[in-house]
Amino acid sequence: MSTTGHLGRHGFATVLTVAVMGLALALPLALNVLVRNVRDATGDFSEAVGLSVFFKPEVAEEKARQLAKSAGERTGVASATLITASEALAEFRAQSGFGAALDALPANPLPNVLTIRPAPDATSPSQLEALRSYLLAWPEVDSVQLDRDWVLRFSAILELLRRVVLITAVLLGAGVIAVVGNTIRLEILNRSAEIEVTKLVGGTNAFVRRPFLYAGVLYGILAGSIAWSLVALARASLAPAALRLASAYGSQFTLEGPSLTELGILLLAGMALGWLGAWIAAARQLARIEPRTA
Amino acid sequence: MISFERVSKRYPNGREALTDLSFAIHDGEMVFLTGRSGAGKSSVLKLIALLERPTRGQVLVNGDNTAKLPLRRVPLFRRGLGVVFQDHRLLMDRPVFDNVALPLIVADTSFREIDKRVRAALDQVGLLGKERVAPLELSVGEQQRVGIARAIVSKPPLLVADEPTGNLDATLAAEVMGLFRRFNEVGVTVVVATHDLHLVRESGLREIVLDDGRIDSGQPPPMPPMQALR
Repeated sequence: MSTTGHLGRHGFATVLTVAVMGLALALPLALNVLVRNVRDATGDFSEAVGLSVFFKPEVAEEKARQLAKSAGERTGVASATLITASEALAEFRAQSGFGAALDALPANPLPNVLTIRPAPDATSPSQLEALRSYLLAWPEVDSVQLDRDWVLRFSAILELLRRVVLITAVLLGAGVIAVVGNTIRLEILNRSAEIEVTKLVGGTNAFVRRPFLYAGVLYGILAGSIAWSLVALARASLAPAALRLASAYGSQFTLEGPSLTELGILLLAGMALGWLGAWIAAARQLARIEPRTA
Repeated sequence: MISFERVSKRYPNGREALTDLSFAIHDGEMVFLTGRSGAGKSSVLKLIALLERPTRGQVLVNGDNTAKLPLRRVPLFRRGLGVVFQDHRLLMDRPVFDNVALPLIVADTSFREIDKRVRAALDQVGLLGKERVAPLELSVGEQQRVGIARAIVSKPPLLVADEPTGNLDATLAAEVMGLFRRFNEVGVTVVVATHDLHLVRESGLREIVLDDGRIDSGQPPPMPPMQALR
């Protein structure tokens, strides 16, 4: 009852089974790699927390400077930088190319803006919210924008995607168990004569089950390798396009492929799922095959 | 060695194959089970080999009460006896060696020991040198002898055979029966179910005649002419 000898004799069915298992494992892996890449592409946001305080247009530059100074002295504020209306206009003129249009305006439409970076120990949502309310209460302030909002939204989206990965992995893992189980069930039926004779000469259920469990584990390892290779191939074919996109945005981003850690996890998961599927099939089928005399 | 005490066997379809059957076979004995088809020969062998359990009564084999043996001990029980079938039950996709080695493999015997004992068993049935041959390339008589080699390879104290000569011509049948006699001479208890009355009478050994699931205590019927058996 050699496992590999048996796989060799049923080559085509084995290839199909392993291919289906490999595809099933490839999908959650691909999603996981995607989430990882999106996170890498958008950088680490923990530094990017800040508040932008927009003063009312009538507030003079001098007044804004005073307020910036007092905001900077408040506890929990690491720095308060004033971008005056004229500085903002100059920068906008230089970068936007709307110079001529701006000259046509009767006055500078931009307000003075105060950029506040909170102290590292004061970045919790409630602390930021308190700071925001404090600044908003100033009569000179028009609005306060918490730069954290979109960071929070974005990490919420990432978190959602991670859950999607998890659910996909669980569902397709169950699918893998079903595929292995069904394949092993058919193999057991194909070899019922052999199993019967083995039991007849004193083979235990454990002995009869063993090659099928090995086969399940082997299928799992093969499927895991296939899944990893598929995603690695997909990355390789997408990398040039991703590079062009990244450079169009002036980014250093490169598309990451599946990691070796993920290969290890896939192989372990494949082994476990293959073993489990085979075990379930064997437990159900082997008890039914008992020797009978003709 | 084997003892049937008031054994009845009723199958799920309601047919009662054995009724209140009692007999004993002693250590080292060789016994024939005879009777018409459907008289219960196969049922007796199934009960001995623990392929079935008795509906009523007790079957003791090698000191085990088969009715009470837990499932997990059944494999060990089966290693204590060799079974030979009329259709020999060989694995046709495996060479002779693998077929004969199977009882040793399931018992976790070492490879060296397997090699030695398979050769010894094949030698005893006159098939030494055919280890690598596929059973399909062998004649019917040789296939039957491979089945016998498999039954004796683990040197069980008890050998059970169901119509072992059923598919063989007279010469081959006599040859196979000679093999069983030889095993018996070295101390193996042998039970052979057969309707080859000619061979039975010729052997002069004890005969348990079954009729409709009971022991037939009447006079054995006169020996039929050879032609009638074929």
